[in-house]
Amino acid sequence: MNIPAALARLAPRLSKRATTAVNARRLSGGASLETWAFDLDDGTPLILRRRPDGAAMRETAAPLAHEAALIVAAAGAGAPVPVVEHICDPEDGLGEAFVMRRLEGETLGKRIVRDAAFDAVRPGLAHRCGAVLAQIHSASPDGLPPLATSDALGELARYEAVYRQHDADRPTFEAAFRWLEAAAPEPVTPVLVHGDFRNGNLMVHPEQGLVGVLDWELAHLGDPAEDLGWICVNSWRFGQWRKPVGGFGDYQALLDGYAAAGGGEIPLSRLQFWQALGSLKWGVMCLMMYSSFASGADPSIERAMIGRRVSETEIDLVRLMEVMA
Amino acid sequence: MITCPTAAELQAALIAFDGDDAGPTDPRRVFLARVADNARALLDREAALGEAAEAGECARLAALLGVQGDFTDLNRQLCDALRSGAIGPRDPALLAHLRATAIARIAIDQPGYCGLEALLGD
Repeated sequence: MNIPAALARLAPRLSKRATTAVNARRLSGGASLETWAFDLDDGTPLILRRRPDGAAMRETAAPLAHEAALIVAAAGAGAPVPVVEHICDPEDGLGEAFVMRRLEGETLGKRIVRDAAFDAVRPGLAHRCGAVLAQIHSASPDGLPPLATSDALGELARYEAVYRQHDADRPTFEAAFRWLEAAAPEPVTPVLVHGDFRNGNLMVHPEQGLVGVLDWELAHLGDPAEDLGWICVNSWRFGQWRKPVGGFGDYQALLDGYAAAGGGEIPLSRLQFWQALGSLKWGVMCLMMYSSFASGADPSIERAMIGRRVSETEIDLVRLMEVMA
Repeated sequence: MITCPTAAELQAALIAFDGDDAGPTDPRRVFLARVADNARALLDREAALGEAAEAGECARLAALLGVQGDFTDLNRQLCDALRSGAIGPRDPALLAHLRATAIARIAIDQPGYCGLEALLGD
């Protein structure tokens, strides 16, 4: 499929002043979804999100049109997100895809935690993440696309079932499943949960800070503490393990930002439960992605190597099992 | 033996990657070339450290379970004991084994991972 040509044909539908699309280039190296940057010839900077031809959807992934609808709902709740411009239909020739505005900033977590360009915004970033999560969680359930609902025990059971499908004997996972099952918090009224709110899916501008929450593919209804815990998983601190929130901030700043924006008080213990469950989930996801290599579905070296990231989640889980109350 | 993937699977994936003649400037290819470099370095570490890591793991498993056996068998027995509740998830002897195993595995898989420093640091 010729993406640049299809985008050029689509351009007049995206803007009355545009006749064609220019500078189309693929951004992500990932295999599950493609992201393309392009411009209209009237200067509008845009992003195309599309599912690659023949790519299997992740078990938990929603259709891309749902992702677009969620971004619109999050915008309605006041959260910073890109403006959705167009949801593709079959005659666009782009497959399952949508087009949104391209925001200016950085998504690479490594740069956000280290580069001097972000020194000015880094100290306020965890507080701001808390505030933005409070906005997302305040989205009205009416008008959302169909979403799965889950709580702590539901998530644990789902991921344990996935783990059991693999012929992998992982004592740390076995222990973590039993530990977290016994420690699961009481369920609360489910809210819109982003599901992948972490350093890497946040567009951060060197002066304006967090300007866009990206990648809504894993959104669902659930425990608000799930999102607060996920951004604290050590796998996305980019070496800055002393800064639990994304490698750039402290727990209390995140919780304070959340409460100050009307999200309510969330105890640190509840956040850390979800952080530990997050490490366990990421470990099982690594096994899942490895299994697509083992089955031959995706024989790439990337899918083989991701299986060796399981041990990073094991070392993080061991530490949490040692230090948590 | 470390599995998911085994060293042999990684080796096979590397051979397949090296035999693929996609254009070297293709962004996906550039990304995969970095992953392949990481895989080669990992295999070197596993060749140097893998045998001792498994021997240590096996000895700890035998002490923890109070039985002798090969690594795969003992490791499965530990998983079964955790699943059934015969060993509690935060049993101190268990945690000591999991800690030592995690440290030995990360030295092969990803020695620069900051979780190691976090585990040793406090």
